[in-house]
Amino acid sequence: MKWGSLSEFLAMGGYGFYVWLSFGTTALCMVWEVLMLRRRQGTALRTESSEEGVNH
Amino acid sequence: MSESRVTWSKYSAPQALYPLAGKLIPWCAGASILFMVAGLYLGFFVAPTDFQQGDAYRIIFVHVPAAWMSMFLYVVMALWAGLGLGLKARPSFMMAQAIAPTGAMFTFLALLTGALWGKPTWGAWWVWDARLTSELILLFLYLGVMLLHASIDDLRRADRASALFALVGVVNVPIIYFSVRWWNTLHQGASVSMTAAPKMAATMLTAMLLMTVGFWMYSIAVILVRLRCVMLERSRQTRSSQSAFEQGVKEVRP
Repeated sequence: MKWGSLSEFLAMGGYGFYVWLSFGTTALCMVWEVLMLRRRQGTALRTESSEEGVNH
Repeated sequence: MSESRVTWSKYSAPQALYPLAGKLIPWCAGASILFMVAGLYLGFFVAPTDFQQGDAYRIIFVHVPAAWMSMFLYVVMALWAGLGLGLKARPSFMMAQAIAPTGAMFTFLALLTGALWGKPTWGAWWVWDARLTSELILLFLYLGVMLLHASIDDLRRADRASALFALVGVVNVPIIYFSVRWWNTLHQGASVSMTAAPKMAATMLTAMLLMTVGFWMYSIAVILVRLRCVMLERSRQTRSSQSAFEQGVKEVRP
């Protein structure tokens, strides 16, 4: 392991802002996409089951 | 979520694809997490600091996989679009429709992480060089495909128009890929190529490839989830228009 301490790790040799913003935004985008899809799926499934209740 | 609640048999939707996608999703999601954790560990704790760029280079572990996915997903989307046009197959159009948002997201991320890497190493967030400009065009192409599909009410026409748009736009992908060779760009050349030995340390390369596989698995998982959403939404749309039609028939002939 090349990092002496946590603060050294977070500093990323002075490039912490760029590195963490890159990885942070990527993680955020992925989590957001998954959450949005779960919502969309929930809505689609709810409509599906409620319509079946009407049809049968 | 239960498969039995969805009754495909009554409607002409693809019966086999929906449960198959459902079976694949958890495996791809699990694999994606494993590969990304391994890639991040290797990238942050094992890979050495770059002698030229310091630790700023670590952005590569997210920038290059995102950029690769942005191009790769466009090609796959265009293939499905072309297949849909050629075979008049609705599932192919649904695949293309499911891929576009994830491709657009990775294009955005490639541009953003590129800017965040460019600032400390080039001294500029953005330059109008061939690589960056063609990647920006890729983002517009993705958005164009999505907007075109959303703006046409008739589903069949929306499918065909956006597929044609996607297919024409695919010429941009080789332009992005070869831009660093064809033009004098500020963007560095390929670190990894099919013909030459990689110009980077083995641990860096391994971390980057692990992240790429992770992004790949992630993409398959979310695209399949979106595909299932699209299938459900479309089957409902056809049913509601069908019942509206039947209603209309009843009203005309009571």
